[in-house]
Amino acid sequence: MTSEVDMKVLLSGNEAVARGAHEAGVEIATAYPGTPSTEILETIAMQYRDIYAEWSPNEKVAFEVAVGSSIAGARCVVAMKHVGLNVAADPFMTFAYTGVKGGFVVVSADDPSMHSSQNEQDNRFYSKFAMIPMLEPSDSQESKDFVRFGLEISEQFDTPVMLRMVTRISHSKGIVELNDPVKHEVLGFERNIPKYVMVPGHARLRRKIIIERLEKLKEYSDNSPLNFVENGRKDVGIITSGISYEYAKEVMPDASFLKLGFSYPLPEKKIREFAKSVDRLFVVEELEPFLEDQIKAMGIECEGKKYFTSYGELSASVVADGLAEAGLLEKSSVPESSGEPLFPRPPVLCPGCPHRGVFTVLKKMKVPVTGDIGCYTLGALDPLGSMDSCVCMGASIGNAIGIAKANGSEKSVVAAIGDSTFLHSGITGLLDASYNKANITVIILDNRITAMTGGQNHPGTGTTLMGQETFHVDMVKLCEAVGVTDIHTVDAYNLDETKAALQKAFDHQGPSVVITNRPCVLMPRKVKEQPYKVISDSCNGCKLCFRIGCPAIAASKELTKKGHPKAIIDPDLCTGCTICAQVCPEDAIVRADEKV
Amino acid sequence: MEDKMTNILIVGVGGQGVLLASEILSLLAMEAGKDVKKSEVHGMSQRGGVVSSHVRIGKKVYSPTINMGGADVLMSFEVAECLRALPWLRDNGTAITSHTRLIPPITTIGNFSYPEDPISDLKKKVPSLKDVDADTIALELGNSRLVNTILLGVLSHSLDMPEDLWLDVIRKRVPPKFVDLNVEAFTRGRALNFEETLAR
Repeated sequence: MTSEVDMKVLLSGNEAVARGAHEAGVEIATAYPGTPSTEILETIAMQYRDIYAEWSPNEKVAFEVAVGSSIAGARCVVAMKHVGLNVAADPFMTFAYTGVKGGFVVVSADDPSMHSSQNEQDNRFYSKFAMIPMLEPSDSQESKDFVRFGLEISEQFDTPVMLRMVTRISHSKGIVELNDPVKHEVLGFERNIPKYVMVPGHARLRRKIIIERLEKLKEYSDNSPLNFVENGRKDVGIITSGISYEYAKEVMPDASFLKLGFSYPLPEKKIREFAKSVDRLFVVEELEPFLEDQIKAMGIECEGKKYFTSYGELSASVVADGLAEAGLLEKSSVPESSGEPLFPRPPVLCPGCPHRGVFTVLKKMKVPVTGDIGCYTLGALDPLGSMDSCVCMGASIGNAIGIAKANGSEKSVVAAIGDSTFLHSGITGLLDASYNKANITVIILDNRITAMTGGQNHPGTGTTLMGQETFHVDMVKLCEAVGVTDIHTVDAYNLDETKAALQKAFDHQGPSVVITNRPCVLMPRKVKEQPYKVISDSCNGCKLCFRIGCPAIAASKELTKKGHPKAIIDPDLCTGCTICAQVCPEDAIVRADEKV
Repeated sequence: MEDKMTNILIVGVGGQGVLLASEILSLLAMEAGKDVKKSEVHGMSQRGGVVSSHVRIGKKVYSPTINMGGADVLMSFEVAECLRALPWLRDNGTAITSHTRLIPPITTIGNFSYPEDPISDLKKKVPSLKDVDADTIALELGNSRLVNTILLGVLSHSLDMPEDLWLDVIRKRVPPKFVDLNVEAFTRGRALNFEETLAR
């Protein structure tokens, strides 16, 4: 193999983490897809085939698989979005006690500004919570390099290490210098009961060890080259980490900086020295005052959230405004807003999406619908507007049970959950519904893929991340196995059939499941049937077809006698799903090749 | 471009090839020996939402995103999206837009309306607007998905980079089947007769 040293490539933060895993000799990589972390495992599976890579059914399992591999002496990376770490928090908190054998890096990709998430929790607190070290890269180069640092720290200090990314690091591309991969051997499993079996007697011993470990890590943090000072102006010093460093550096390149790449535990000595060397000390960080509060707790005076919001992403202009407010920069003269308001362009269900028909039916039935995480959460938005809750992965079923129990006997509440989400954390909810005789109907929107994140395989797909054919779960049998007796499989493109199945389910006492069986229109292959058209003479401008929210249907310039716009269908976008034809009361929508 | 930073904002709607265009632009900068960062948000935006990609080229780039009022060039694949993104363009910056109109379902249910004549609205604010009927050119070339490459051809006049380098990068980056088509699309865009304005 030729050397790749000195080669420069353009990589996203996620691609760089994948490359970093390759260069550091990682043997095992696991994840459940979640924006903005998904491309880490996709890149590993596509480009670094020496690494065993898997989509696990959820983040907890992904974490536990990697824990096992680490105990067996393999180097491991497990990746997830910020809320994914909530799911994996149970093994995370206790694996911090047992420590590792093979190096272990957990990547937490946070989503400040909630571009594609239900909250913007700051996962830096998890490192402090679990008392494990955290590395925060600022760009793609560091995203790559910090994987190896993280694995080495993990092995040196017998601890899992958190690599904390954010959307702007994961999804920004920058130039990265490559290194050759190092060889790592799987060390092999050895029995060590007091270290790995966390019963109270052993855990008490380990707890002492991790308290001592944290002290050693503090010392290491003080000496780590990842925490460095850039001397500049003496009147202003900035302590910062991650993406915030880039913004602060952009705005005030001549300030003095203490850049923290190893940001938990903090390098206390370095911070004290740096604080002494400057007149005014600022802490620039995105989201919560994680660094600021700890620095203040050291008795060091500093200014931070007073000037830099904890709401959403920072940017160079937000940092500039903060420094201007602090009296260090001129107020910028950039115009505040846009001028005329324009229509919004919210994300929508694709033309032909099998979820559209189900929400069209649910809207008519006017029943409460508890929702879940996936493309179908868009069913909550206008014009479908038929979802009433969305909390976290799998929550729809528990929420529905709760509503049913609170409401009393009548069966009406529906839980809408996707296949990947159901397999992630819906099965236990359904088990609860059977066990506790909940009067609910669960619709499993089974499109056989994890669609929202870009089409990843899962245990219902039949293929692994690495492309092997495998078992695929039988949804009907699975629901039967957890005690559901009333199960209906329906064609999501057939509104009458869907409605009839829901009616039958409502008439049944106890939990019912309705499974839709149309695949995603985008993945694994694009669905494109004969498109439909509007017979203009028959269209009475009733707008019912507009109300299914299909991007292929638009208002025509042609008006009815009453002045209502008629409908028109874009044949390039239309996939021929027929939902619009089924809602049209005038039978004005027909197959494009039909003679009229 | 020397040491000066060049900020290019590319906008469009999911599926229009914003990400590929910004990738080509970033690779071009890297090949030319510049530092470059590009930033965009994936996820929900792929479901018919707005997609924007920030590309920053210079000697050393820190922030991956452009400030409002900081784009030297704004390039849009959809005409109403060009209007939406105008506040990002700096004074005397270059705006390039395709005539493409993608009208979202939200406007058909009557809550909002799509602008009647977005090109005129744009020209009132940016008289030097480079507006291109890229859909027609793309159809002439036989593939409606070439709008992004045609506009890259127009954009190429705003950057001090040799045409050969552009073509090299396009050849490397687009799928092999579509290399010739994309080279032609780029050339057609570059040949459009706009007053040359280097973004400096």
